[in-house]
Amino acid sequence: MLKLMKALGLALFLAAPVAAQDGPLRLTITDGVIEPLPFAVPGFQAETAGAEQLAADITRLVAQDLANTGLFREIPASAFISQPASFGAPVAYPDWRAINAQALIGGAVAVSGDQLVVKFRLYDVFAGTELGEGLQFAGTVQGWRRMAHKVADAAYSRITGEGGYFDSRVVFVSEAGPKDARQKRLAIMDYDGANLQFLTDSSAIVLAPRFSPRGDRVLYTSYESGFPRINVLDVANVGRQQLPTAEGEMAFSPRFSRDGNQVIYSLANGGNTDLYRTDLASGAHTRLTSAPSIETAPSFSPDGSRIVFESDRSGTQQLYIMSANGGDAQRISFGEGRYGTPVWSPRGDLIAFTKQNAGRFHIGVMRTDGSEERLLTASFLDEGPTWSPNGRVLMFMRETQGAGGTSTLYSVDISGRNLKAVPVQGAGSDPSWGPLQP
Amino acid sequence: MTFTTKALLVLLTLSTAACTRPDRFGGGINDGTAGANNGANAGVNAPTGASDPSSPQFFAQTIGDRVLFEVDSATLTAAGQATLDGQAGWLQTNADYLAIVEGHADEQGTREYNLALGARRANTVREYLISKGVPSTRLRTISYGKERPIEVCSEEACYAKNRRAVTIISVGALS
Repeated sequence: MLKLMKALGLALFLAAPVAAQDGPLRLTITDGVIEPLPFAVPGFQAETAGAEQLAADITRLVAQDLANTGLFREIPASAFISQPASFGAPVAYPDWRAINAQALIGGAVAVSGDQLVVKFRLYDVFAGTELGEGLQFAGTVQGWRRMAHKVADAAYSRITGEGGYFDSRVVFVSEAGPKDARQKRLAIMDYDGANLQFLTDSSAIVLAPRFSPRGDRVLYTSYESGFPRINVLDVANVGRQQLPTAEGEMAFSPRFSRDGNQVIYSLANGGNTDLYRTDLASGAHTRLTSAPSIETAPSFSPDGSRIVFESDRSGTQQLYIMSANGGDAQRISFGEGRYGTPVWSPRGDLIAFTKQNAGRFHIGVMRTDGSEERLLTASFLDEGPTWSPNGRVLMFMRETQGAGGTSTLYSVDISGRNLKAVPVQGAGSDPSWGPLQP
Repeated sequence: MTFTTKALLVLLTLSTAACTRPDRFGGGINDGTAGANNGANAGVNAPTGASDPSSPQFFAQTIGDRVLFEVDSATLTAAGQATLDGQAGWLQTNADYLAIVEGHADEQGTREYNLALGARRANTVREYLISKGVPSTRLRTISYGKERPIEVCSEEACYAKNRRAVTIISVGALS
């Protein structure tokens, strides 16, 4: 993977400036009803012999990334009036306008030995211009899915004006076996379920992995020692290290600070659970709360100055915000029911949470002052949201009811649209969505 | 990609080892899953059976190794206190044994909260046993949250049995 990341350089290609135009192609994502924007992706051109299959696979994946957002609708190739003659050839805009394609994506693929080059251009069909500059991605053949995701991220980002999220990974708990003998192991995969790898075995319970902001490390809770302890795992070499915890204490619910240098977590001692912060380099730790109530599930604000967490100090589980140094906390959840697992959005404006009310579980979002609460899902058990790198999508776990109940990963827009199961092999829980890869 | 292949090979080896273990709940207390499934069978294999009042089996089956809790509560019920009085008496009589108290929650709740709730329940039992004369050095606690249900239905009949604290008897040093 390292090799690929080094090789995956991003080069500007044919720096043609975007001409000023009337009503440029732009999809503004709002909470209103969105008519998916129609786009066309003629098959990427194979520029070297033998690259045909790869070109077809990359074309499909680009289209799939975009269509799966629910914001775009692919126009089937059967509707096409003409095909581009070659990559970069003049575009027959009338042919694409006639089938109402608003965006046209052109691409080409060249393979030389182990090396793969993917070129990409995006056209605003109704303006009759290219949108942004052509891009070229170079990498290895094995990394073809990442290159397709990068093309789709570029298209998504140019059309919506927001960051993409397709070239990203998710760490989660892969589950097997019945409820009363469940086996859990850490796993990592691409955001779309591809390239699944296991990071631990299932000999001890593992819970709630959390990616570092750069995606190079994972914090998780493990019962390997016989008691719940926090481990830091290096994704590249799968080496792991346990955070020192005193005998008789249980440590869980860890999360990185945005600079990746500190960990906030819960420590249970004498039946009481409070929040602590540890500096990874020095090992120095600070106690952040001292209450007889349960304080857990902390998450930093993007600027690192504040922490959102859950506490039952009022009698039931509710959400609170306090300074990253502890001190007074302000309650932000006031609706009916119980609130837990708050996660600050990467944009800083929203808190995602799990809500339990009247025997149902919901994933929801609210503003950081607790206003504008919006429930996005409802089921027997929805839990543990995690943000996409651009703060537009939440992934979470949904567990079904009864003796045969199993967990599945789902994703949903922060508007509540586009709820779908993530195609993961086997059962999964506790997802943590990593950053866009470099 | 070279690294990935190596890592997968190592993990495959590890998981094979895990699968061939005859009883994943039968290990000692240093095993992460020890005693989590069924208190009656967990812990040590004592030389004598359940009819011997000094055996861990007698403790589990006759004294009663577990107490149950109300929803989202760590308060002992009257029945729970009676069971713990029996446990305290047994532990004082059988002073060579150590005990680990496991706290558990039902599935109605988030993972982290249930871990904290299980810790509260286990500690309530530990404190009660200490108040009845069991030395604190012989008692340890652990929480499994909602990770180790013994009943699998999604109804109160099952939930009620899963909201429990189980006292597991063991010999040797608590580590």
